[in-house]
Amino acid sequence: MRKDLGFRLGTGVFGLFLILIVAAIGFELTRQSMLSIQKFGLAFWTNATWDPVAGEFGALPFIWGTLYSSVLALLIATPIAIGIAVFITELCPQVLRQPLVFLTELLAAIPSIVYGLWGIFVLVPIVRALQVALPDALRGLPLFSGPPLGVGMLSATLILAVMVVPFTSSVAREVLKSVPVAQREAAYALGATRFEAISAALFYARTGIVGAVMLGFGRALGETMAVTMVIGNNPQVSASLFAPQYTMAAVLANEFTEAADELYLHALIEIGLVLFIITLIVNSLSRVLIWSMSRSAKAVPSTAVQPVAAEA
Amino acid sequence: MLLTATLSPTVSVAADAKATHAEPPKIDVSHVNFYYGAHRVLHDISLQIQPNQVTAFIGPSGCGKSTFLRSLNRMNDIVPGARVEGRVLVDGADIYAPSVDVVALRRKVGMVFQKSNPFPKSIFENVAYGLRINRMTGSKDELRGRVEASLKSAALWDEVKDRLHASALALSGGQQQRLCIARALAIEPEILLMDEPASALDPIATQRIEELIYQLKSRYTIVIVTHNMQQAARVSDTTAFFWLGKLVEYGRTDRIFTAPTEKLTEDYVTGRFG
Repeated sequence: MRKDLGFRLGTGVFGLFLILIVAAIGFELTRQSMLSIQKFGLAFWTNATWDPVAGEFGALPFIWGTLYSSVLALLIATPIAIGIAVFITELCPQVLRQPLVFLTELLAAIPSIVYGLWGIFVLVPIVRALQVALPDALRGLPLFSGPPLGVGMLSATLILAVMVVPFTSSVAREVLKSVPVAQREAAYALGATRFEAISAALFYARTGIVGAVMLGFGRALGETMAVTMVIGNNPQVSASLFAPQYTMAAVLANEFTEAADELYLHALIEIGLVLFIITLIVNSLSRVLIWSMSRSAKAVPSTAVQPVAAEA
Repeated sequence: MLLTATLSPTVSVAADAKATHAEPPKIDVSHVNFYYGAHRVLHDISLQIQPNQVTAFIGPSGCGKSTFLRSLNRMNDIVPGARVEGRVLVDGADIYAPSVDVVALRRKVGMVFQKSNPFPKSIFENVAYGLRINRMTGSKDELRGRVEASLKSAALWDEVKDRLHASALALSGGQQQRLCIARALAIEPEILLMDEPASALDPIATQRIEELIYQLKSRYTIVIVTHNMQQAARVSDTTAFFWLGKLVEYGRTDRIFTAPTEKLTEDYVTGRFG
């Protein structure tokens, strides 16, 4: 009995540690950015000007850059990652399975600076060529405007997508693997084609798949090095895929050593705080999403479809 | 091993299965061997299953009865390394012929599994699933009608009619299994394969399933695998006894249980082993 108590206390302390660490990070980020918080208040979140010389700091371009690049990367990476997971678990020949799993895991293990170098030397010229080849009619659109630099939102998005795919697909693969065979059998026994049986498995695993996607999103939000190398590092809010922009992580990495005065330093740390808060919000939202999905599996809300009148 | 030498499988099959039925068999199996990789699971199985009858496969665990059942709708196709030799005819057509549409076959030969496996959807959507993927209903009214009819056939309608859009996972184990039966019936199969459909259920739920099987047999050809001999004796017209991947004896259920010709069958049905 006493041993058990010790065990519970011990693991409880570790659990408590987790909460303490998160709280300590939040506290410290707030404390160290106090000057900026006092000076700019909530306007810090909505101000689009980042001018260290004039002492005016707004986080909007970085918030925008981080969210825009991450969401776009997610849009590209999710179908690919799920496709890879489905192929590996459901379709691929046995001999290919292990090598493919190994390769996706290898992709996840490549340091982000290597991705960044690849981005600068391979991806950026391709994006530049693509932009040059773009028909004039499209170039007028806000989505494609800007000079052909190569570095910019699209390069960052593509590189993020490549980096996110192995994470999302690894988790999605595990999730799919854990779908009971009985679910697929049920579908097959009802005359399902392979595609329909796989769809049924994906539906069964949907909360886990969402989890996998959100993991990828979290990874994209915080990714620093590779993005810094190809996004162009220009604090502006632009919808253009070709415009050089900036992310929160990138500005921290780039300007931390240059922050000469205290307000500048505090503003940078507040950007860290903003990133921390946004990550928290995204994670909480994904929790809520998963929770509501698994809850609705237990009690499917009634829809407009009503039962036919009972027979007399 | 001593006992195998004395086997003369399928000898007694022709004797009583053919004598009592003039109709052509619904399922005609000849010389089926089954392998998982190099491991041989079924040895030269031949038997005929009559329409609108309940046929029970009995035998100890691992005797191959489930594997054999699953070879009747090619459910084993999805198991890697599985291989079938021999011939399985359903309504006279070879289901392992290269030209066979497996999807159409499985629609005709429905299946209910040992553990109930509803989809994590509503009761209504579970039953509608097969109708939807096979595009079997034109209008919403028709769909609703078919779902209702299927739930009635599975004797579940009265219990769920007020909560068709509640999750299937909220049903009890016995209800879930009847839902799986309703789901299988919805696409109007001609044959219903049941793989130990009541083995995970309590006695009352089991009884309901057995009553249901009895009611369904006028409309369907039913093949049921069970490790429960009393169940086989209660629900089936003919019984096949499997042992170590071989068909030991096949014949009318009352005869199998009262006057088996094989010593091994007698030992099994009287509970001396298994």
